[in-house]
Amino acid sequence: MAKPLTITEKIILNHTDLQEISSGDIVNARVDLALGNDITAPIAIKEFFAIGVDTVFDGKKIALVPDHFVPNKDILSAKQAKMMREFAKKFNIENYFECGEAGVEHALLPEKGIVLPGDLVIGADSHTCTYGALGAFATGVGSTDLAYAMAFGELWLKVPESIKVIFEGKPKKWVSGKDLILYLIGQIGVEGANYMALEFTGSTFKHLGMADRLTISNMAIEAGAKSGIFEPDEITENYVKSRAKRDYIFYKSDEGAEYVKVLNYNTETINPQVAFPHLPENSVDIKEASAKNIKIDQSVIGSCTNGRIEDLRIAADILKGKKIAKYTRLIVIPATPDIYRMAEKEGLIDIFMDAGGVVSTPTCGPCLGGYMGILADGERAISSTNRNFKGRMGDVTSEVYLANPAVCAASAILGKIAGPDEVVS
Amino acid sequence: MIFKGKVFKFGDNIDTDAIIPARYLNDSSEENLKKHCMEDADESFSSKVSNGDFIVAGNNFGCGSSREHAPIAIKSCGVPIVIAKSFARIFYRNSFNIGLFILSADTDGIENGDVLEVNTDTGEIKNQIKNTVISAKPIPKFMSELVNAGGLIAYAKKKIKEGKK
Ligand code: SF4
Repeated sequence: MAKPLTITEKIILNHTDLQEISSGDIVNARVDLALGNDITAPIAIKEFFAIGVDTVFDGKKIALVPDHFVPNKDILSAKQAKMMREFAKKFNIENYFECGEAGVEHALLPEKGIVLPGDLVIGADSHTCTYGALGAFATGVGSTDLAYAMAFGELWLKVPESIKVIFEGKPKKWVSGKDLILYLIGQIGVEGANYMALEFTGSTFKHLGMADRLTISNMAIEAGAKSGIFEPDEITENYVKSRAKRDYIFYKSDEGAEYVKVLNYNTETINPQVAFPHLPENSVDIKEASAKNIKIDQSVIGSCTNGRIEDLRIAADILKGKKIAKYTRLIVIPATPDIYRMAEKEGLIDIFMDAGGVVSTPTCGPCLGGYMGILADGERAISSTNRNFKGRMGDVTSEVYLANPAVCAASAILGKIAGPDEVVS
Repeated sequence: MIFKGKVFKFGDNIDTDAIIPARYLNDSSEENLKKHCMEDADESFSSKVSNGDFIVAGNNFGCGSSREHAPIAIKSCGVPIVIAKSFARIFYRNSFNIGLFILSADTDGIENGDVLEVNTDTGEIKNQIKNTVISAKPIPKFMSELVNAGGLIAYAKKKIKEGKK
């Protein structure tokens, strides 16, 4: 009988010419999609030309998404975007998106059905692991890797060991995928899954939709993981069936597959979380965070972590008919043009603006301290993004607290870190 | 190969935003990256570091973003090797891909300003100030082939020449 395999091992195996596979093996794997953005693609393009091949392996299997600094914030970033555009034109890159069609890559590609269950995706962006939510093997790599993959359609990969993470039970009100992943990172640390695949399962996920799964997989990298995968189910099927333009495969882990460890959590005991500066592992319960009376200057709702329509709806629910605190800034960034349009139609943009917030066109913007909401010295932000490293959103003396969109909205209203229960009854 | 140089010591979880902040990522030229290397961890690093010096750190060096700008910035400063207790995965892979040596070793006994002699073939790290020797974890064979070839692109070119692609 064949050795039982994890979903991760199976997907990788089926992208090689090998008959069998074990974690720890270094293999050459075929890629279904290679991704770059306006920061990482320019280096990849230079390296691509250095290899000396005539063309890309397949213009349909490459995605180039300008999202970090677009619409361009300055001349230098415009040059980087131009380089990408010219490359896309030259090699007929099907999945290249210009400004008004572009959104934050990891929100855009699943939304458009460009990544699908069973795919093997590499991306020159660390949050490429987001697509694990769809039951794909997806991992972040560097620009040189992207160059190699664009040239040859394959890449060297070490087959990761897996950690199984089981969440059981129904989440409490206001508890979202963001809270579960912040909680997990708090438990295992920012290096807790280094080089490994996190495999999420358990009854909790029957109660959470695809948006929450995408948020969870998105932050797998914040525990050092190579990927963060969900076994596809009906929720996956419902999400992908109307979006997919090609076939996809649902893989499942075999009974008896090997895990480095199995972690069990009771979701019913978990409250909304806030990760204190300067590491995502510094997560504490919202009650504890709120009691500390931490004043904020800015609240950011957006990014590949929590910039989806579900996130904006939650934030709008809390902000409806309310004003944000004086001298506090609220910046809302729908992650893709479709989300922006939906938010507009549903009246969410009005709610944000009536509350005193500003709504930006889709971009990464302040998430990585690019533009559209940079912090001055000593300033403090609460943010629905994924990283709170020193200086991540601006000056090195500024601070970022990570939380779910409900907490970010409530905090904007009170001008201090606060839970949604403190502003809505 | 044997390398000798002075140590710049850093702590745990030095992330890619500290190695090269995103505010400088609108320009991927080596001069730009070199100028701002390690800026948010040690503002004066780029003015103090000289060719051949080492970066030595604690756990999880290079965590965060996939930006290859981080190892490129370090290599552009003339630093040939980073030694840390552990590395974040993408940084690890990027370093080998661009031909920067990465060694995992117990760095607790190494201090700022120490002088090391590092043998990348044997993984032996001699501390000439403290008169101690530690050994780094062996590098997987494929990874040392990559670095010895000069990185992934040079490796790819070699493959094309050999007609394997
Ligand atoms: S939104 Fe933030 S984390 Fe996501 S891709 Fe953009 S910069 Fe990276």
